[in-house]
Amino acid sequence: MQFWKTTAAASALALLSGTTAMAACGIGAGNVTILGNDFPALQAVVAGAKACEGDGLTVEANLTTEHDKLQVAALTADPAQYSVKFVATSSIVPLLQNDLIRPLDELVAQYGQGLNPSQLIKIDGKVMAVAFMSNAQHLYYRSDILAQAGVEAPATYEDVLAAAQAIKDAGIMEHPVALNTMTGWNLAEEFVNMHLGMGGSFFEPGTAQPAINNETGVKTLEMLKALVGYSNPDYLTFDSNATQALWEAGELAMATMWGSRAGGILDGEGSTDAVVSATMLAGAPTVGGGATPATTLWWDGFVIAKNVSDEDAAASFQAMMAALSPENIAANNDAAVWLAPGYTPGPAAAGVIASARGGAQPYPMAPSMGLMHTALGNNISEYLQGSESAEQALADAEAAYVAAAKEAGFLN
Amino acid sequence: MPHRTFFWFILPSLVAMALFIAFPLVSVVAQSLFVEHEQVLIESEVCDPFTGCRKELTVDAVATAQLREAQPLGRFNGLGTYTDLNHLAFAEVAEAWRTSEGLVDFGGQLMNLPFYKALAFTLTYTFVVTPLVIVLGLAIALGVNGLPKLFKGPTIFVSLLPMIVTPLIGSLILFWMIDARGIIGSSLQELTGDPNLSLKASPALTWLTLIVYGVWHSAPFGFIVFYAGLQTVPSETLEAAIVDGASRWERIRYVVIPHMAPLVVFVTLIQLMDNFRVFEPIVGFSAAANATSLSYFIYADLTDINARFGSAAATSVLTVIGVAILLAPVLVRTWRDFNRKRA
Repeated sequence: MQFWKTTAAASALALLSGTTAMAACGIGAGNVTILGNDFPALQAVVAGAKACEGDGLTVEANLTTEHDKLQVAALTADPAQYSVKFVATSSIVPLLQNDLIRPLDELVAQYGQGLNPSQLIKIDGKVMAVAFMSNAQHLYYRSDILAQAGVEAPATYEDVLAAAQAIKDAGIMEHPVALNTMTGWNLAEEFVNMHLGMGGSFFEPGTAQPAINNETGVKTLEMLKALVGYSNPDYLTFDSNATQALWEAGELAMATMWGSRAGGILDGEGSTDAVVSATMLAGAPTVGGGATPATTLWWDGFVIAKNVSDEDAAASFQAMMAALSPENIAANNDAAVWLAPGYTPGPAAAGVIASARGGAQPYPMAPSMGLMHTALGNNISEYLQGSESAEQALADAEAAYVAAAKEAGFLN
Repeated sequence: MPHRTFFWFILPSLVAMALFIAFPLVSVVAQSLFVEHEQVLIESEVCDPFTGCRKELTVDAVATAQLREAQPLGRFNGLGTYTDLNHLAFAEVAEAWRTSEGLVDFGGQLMNLPFYKALAFTLTYTFVVTPLVIVLGLAIALGVNGLPKLFKGPTIFVSLLPMIVTPLIGSLILFWMIDARGIIGSSLQELTGDPNLSLKASPALTWLTLIVYGVWHSAPFGFIVFYAGLQTVPSETLEAAIVDGASRWERIRYVVIPHMAPLVVFVTLIQLMDNFRVFEPIVGFSAAANATSLSYFIYADLTDINARFGSAAATSVLTVIGVAILLAPVLVRTWRDFNRKRA
């Protein structure tokens, strides 16, 4: 995992050179309009860009959890409604498909010398996005409860099951485990994590044909079912907010949650000292004898719309560079696991970094992965509830995927 | 009225109807016959911060854009979208019919197809909620009508609250209350002595919750319509009935209800239509695992990261057809009554 090394080296560099604070960003006139998801790290980036306002430069932002639903329509318009879009591993795909974002090579050469080379997302040699933070689901556990039950910190999901049983047997908790298992996107993400951890893949190589209805798929489902067996019966409605609330209420001993939740959980707000001080962050467990952690790595970054003027594109890129300056990153150090220079990994980053060091895979960028994700999310809960066999659930998911992929033009 | 005057009189309405009803309907039907373009797939080298560079399948945006240019509406698919797995699933239904052992097995296989599963919930919801709303609405209206004047205003306001609360908010409030850690959820666990009881987990209990919510939300609509109707019941007839020695129940049964019959038809029509399009509670209760509806499918298709307009349009057309079939008996009856009165 070389990027952690470069991050550390770059932060050291930044500390040396970080004293030359840029008060005015010196961008010149232009309109910067930003669309993106809504969470603290992105809010910090927007605040950094807004600090450059003045001298004819305007910065406006629309941060909303519904950003994915707006992006294609908003950037198809000419001129585009937004000059900058914050994307993640999955949400960049539709923008690439519809040819709505511009190559950034020239802008990087001109204004982006400070970036780490690993931040550049390249497709066929062209820089299409600049990544600035990473995220992954990983294990959170309560050291006090594991000690009370007399079990070690789990390294595999099989260990998690054993520890959960020990906690249950000791009468400490009835439902010690939680994953983000809300029907739909969240549940499918757990399947994706577990399936890759098992060494599975989603498509026949080089095609958009599905390849999940096999032994690996069944083992993945069986592991998920075993885990939710130790979850609160409402598990099909657990999203990130729900699991974080359960954790902060001290009702969980082990949970797989997003790294981006660590800051909120460790800040002690909405929780007790006893819970926070015993909360440990670890890399995602491995599963089924696999070597790599059962999770997917995600990056968040920005892209620049194609349908904006070159002036606005240049202004937007520079505003982003100013927002991602080492000083700004250092000032918001614990808001995310930053990829940009200036970052010093803190305690909240431990789980993501451990997962990345363990060799976890990135979330697949295959163009029809979004449809696969949707099909999985809608079809595997029946198996978990016991009303259908694993093979049937996987067959249903494949059939739903094929029907959707035909409607979307990926299969004939 | 001369035809000419009538024409000019009705013209604004006609234009509005063409613009807001006929045109969108035509466009939806047209859209439903098309699917997205073929996506030209190529192998590209993708580099990211985690694993360096690797080969991945990507869409050739330029080639795909050319296809889109050539056919702006998409690929013509005829009725193919209507018959595919996500809609009427003809092939799968035929397969189930051939391979199933008995009707129960066939029904089970049918319930595994998304469209029929959604239809089962939607129809159950519609046919349970609609009569309950009518009965409950009438009961509340009669109750409120009998109250002393001083209490009427506040009672009417409180009775209307469930309808005033935005559906999504209303369902979210109830959703939190029935959570295993919420007030209703944990009380039920306490009462039944079953720590694993979850109103959200089992399909049957989820359906029940949604139906209870539906009645709670719609009963005020029935109430306010019937309450207005009650103000027009002729007092002479009622007094005559009292003189004849009719009990309160007999007065309701033989005077009030016949008088309210047209209103019952009206509430039935509106409720059949509304309930068939049930949507907000499914989102609010995160109930998609156990209960979906056609409206929910349209929402899911359009908000997916790869929005599928053709599929959503086909589901919309099927919804319109469904509503038309549901309303047909009521409308035919109203038409006959109308003709009889005119004759």
